[in-house]
Formats: sequence, C-alpha cells, structure tokens
Amino acid sequence: MEPTAPDPASAEFRPTATWRVLRQRAELLRRLRDFFHARGMLEVETPILSADTVVDRHLDPFCVAVDSAGARAGFLQTSPEFAMKRLLAAGGPSMYQVARVFRQDELGPLHNPEFTMVEWYRLGDGLLEAMQFTSDLAETLLGRGPAERLSYAEAFVRHVGLDPHRAPTAELMAAARRLRVVAPESLGVEDRDGWLDLLLAECVQPHLGCSAPAIVYDYPASQSALARVRPGVPPLAERFELYASGIELANGYHELLDAQELRRRIAETNTQRVADGKPALPPENRLLAAMQAGLPPMSGVALGFDRLVMLAVGASSLAEVIAFPFDRA
Amino acid sequence: MASYNTSQFRKGLKVQLDGDPYLMIECNFVKPGKGQALYKCKLRNLLRDTVLDRTYKSGDSLDAADIEEIQAQFLYRQGEQFFFMENETFEQYELGMDQVDEAWMYLKEGMTVSMLLFNNKPIGVTPPNHVVLKVEYCEPAVRGNTATNVTKPAKVDTGAEITVPNFVETGDMIKVDTRTGEYIERVK
Repeated sequence: MEPTAPDPASAEFRPTATWRVLRQRAELLRRLRDFFHARGMLEVETPILSADTVVDRHLDPFCVAVDSAGARAGFLQTSPEFAMKRLLAAGGPSMYQVARVFRQDELGPLHNPEFTMVEWYRLGDGLLEAMQFTSDLAETLLGRGPAERLSYAEAFVRHVGLDPHRAPTAELMAAARRLRVVAPESLGVEDRDGWLDLLLAECVQPHLGCSAPAIVYDYPASQSALARVRPGVPPLAERFELYASGIELANGYHELLDAQELRRRIAETNTQRVADGKPALPPENRLLAAMQAGLPPMSGVALGFDRLVMLAVGASSLAEVIAFPFDRA
Repeated sequence: MASYNTSQFRKGLKVQLDGDPYLMIECNFVKPGKGQALYKCKLRNLLRDTVLDRTYKSGDSLDAADIEEIQAQFLYRQGEQFFFMENETFEQYELGMDQVDEAWMYLKEGMTVSMLLFNNKPIGVTPPNHVVLKVEYCEPAVRGNTATNVTKPAKVDTGAEITVPNFVETGDMIKVDTRTGEYIERVK
C-alpha cells in the first residue's frame, strides 16, 4: 500500500488509498448494484440533510444550521432508515440505497465519521429470510462461502462461558475479570448492556467470521433498537449482525411496525441520553406518521460498504479503501 | 483544571492520573454493534516510564497534565546532580540522576537540551538526536583489521562508554545517536 505511509504535510492532498484499490472499490460497487438489480429491487435516493433523525442512545448526529441566520437546525443522517421507511409506507417496493451517512466522534482504523452505508428493505421477509439474503450478498462480494449462524446466546456460551440473557450482571463483571478484560472504571453494575457490549467486543467479536462470515441473531430485548421483540422467556429482539474476520459488517432487523412502541422507545432512549450527558433528540418525526399510516411487514439491513471493501481487498484499515478519510477530507 | 473528553482522546495527549503525568501512546476506538463507544488506551507514566492499559467509555474524561517543554542549557555536573539554565528566562534547574536518566551519557557543558516540566518542576531531559563526543581512551586499533563489524568499548569525555568500530583511536571525535546510543561516524 505505497501511499499509506506517514506523509509530509506537502503530500496531504493525495489520497490514502491506491488507484488499484479505488478501481476494486468501483468494481465492488458495480457488482453490489448488479446483485440488487438481479433481484428486482429498486434503487432509491433520499435526503442526507433532514429535519428528522434516528434517536439512538449511542449515535450522535451532526447537527447543522439550515439557514444562514442559524434559526433552523437540521441533521445529517446517521442512516437512511427513516426516509426509506416513509417510501415503503407510501407503497414502495423492496428497495435499496447506497447512502453517505455521518456519525460524530466515530474515528479509528475501522471508523470514519462519514461513510458509505448500503441499506435495503425487503417486503414480507422475516428474520430467517433476511439472514439468508444477507449471507447471499456476503458470499457474492466476499467469496468466503455462506455465513455460519449462531444465536447471541450461543456466541456467549462458546466464548464467554455464560448465558447472556440469564446471568446476573455481577456474573458478567466476574467473567470480564476472569478473561482479563480491562473494563472502564465508570462502567457500573447498573449498566447491564454496557457489560454485555464490553464482553461482546472483547471476547466474542474477535472470534466471529474467521473463515466463513458469521451471523449472530436474537439479541437481548434491551438492545432491540428498531427491531421487533419476539415474546417469550426471555423475550428476544429479532435483530442480527453479520461479521467477517472479527469485524462487524451489517446489522439487520425484522422491522418494528408499531408506532406507539417506537414512540415509547424514543422517549426511553432520550431519557438514557440525558442521563449520559447527551442532548435529547427530537421525539416526533415523520416516520411515526408513516408507521401510523401503516408500514408493510418487512426486514431491513444496513451494511458498511467501506468495511466490506476493506475485507474484500485484504486491507486492514478504512484509510486504505477511502480516497480521503476524515483527517484529509 | 482543564480536562479532555473521550471525543478529544488521541495519541500524544498528556494527561494526569493519581497525581502523575501520563502520555497517551495509543488510543483505539472500538464500538460494538449498537453499543457504547470504548476507547482502549495505553498510557505511559512520564515519571516512572511504566505503561498502563486503561479502557474508557464515551463521556468519560481525563484531567490534562500541566506539561511544558522548554529549551535549557546544560551548565555542569556535580556528583549525581546536574545543573541546567532555561535559555530565555535564565531560570536554573537542578536535576538528580533518576530524572536525567540515560541522557547523562551525552551531556556536555553548554549543550542545549529539551526539558519537560510538570507543574513547573523538571521531570526529564532529552539531548539532541546527534551529539559529538571526544574519545578519551580506547584500545589501539588492531593493524590490518579494517572490518567495521569488529567493535570495542571507548571511554568518552562525558564519562560514558560507547561501542565503536575497531579503527577509532584515542583523541578522535565521534558522532553518536542519543536515541539508540549507537556510534554513527568519526568527525574531523
């Protein structure tokens, strides 16, 4: 990777990715569009700048002044989810989008605050169909075979040695100590999801998708985001993630359709955000109106295209596959 | 006291933990799925040179360390004490052997070094990357052996011992890399 070595300031106009990789990236994008086109899915485009934003505890949108007086603010999208669901509520067919999305503070070898997300929705698909479709896409573009599937619980039993749905939080903390995970001092016993996330990131994720890609499904209901929760003991979020080489590539939901439930989750998430010292985000949005009008049953998936390119070309950082990453943008 | 939020964490940050100054030598951003961002950091203690592994979650913060780098002239050594003077203010500083550490091997009177101050007190000095030292004594060169891979110890004018090639003679001036302690070349 010749141009990725630390450059003197005078070379900062140059891309960090080689021309060989930029050509491979363009070819992967063409094959990705072919894949969706061959399955009869419509490519759509929706606004990057919107009055509405996804309300997530751990996602911070860029807030920008919409007029020169600074009287109105808008958000750069963290994903095209809201706008695409509005299209689906308005009678849209199965569709996909290649979108630029923006997330504050997410900067590292596997994160760039601006990145390319491929998002798709398929009418009538449940969790199983969505996992199959995602596996087919990964097989086509990565060429490492179909994805292995394991539940969130199986992944924890295998790599941490406990049941993530039933183990008391104190047991999660003891497991972190036993596995020599350096935990944040500020992570307390009250933050169960924080401990699950820490164990997943440090002890589970590095082992996922080492040969073939892996799909982890059935997340704790407390981590459902916009996924349906399947009643049961314990109730489980119909959500999955795709991993390859220990790197998270995609996140999918059997989509929540109930506007009242979304309104409840947004209020709860905003309470958590304020407790975390973050600003609350607008509780009302046009997606709620679209859901009240009626969303069709469907599954939706978001995939990080830059990471997919990184794995497909054998690179180890996003800077090798993005022409101008954040510090040169 | 100034502090840094996790969103400002980066390599090279100077922070304070339990009263000691630390340099952030690594900071890895990790974010699991829909979960909370984690910052996996390596911090080097600037007083003891030990390295700590610490993980922070988004929203955590660290106190900034009051660290200043100044240019100072080495005045003289008296036993285990080393005396320096700041170039601009003429303020004098006295450092012990544990603060000067390996830099003692390269300190010559009048040399300008960079000095780190923590809460206005000196905690270490860094000599220039290359210094010229005088060989006060070494074994005579073995005649006919011109190979550069044959080495011997040489006592230099700071009192230190430097490994030099066989052809170096007593009285020679030699250039040394202070970061590695290695001989570079003979200078006229």
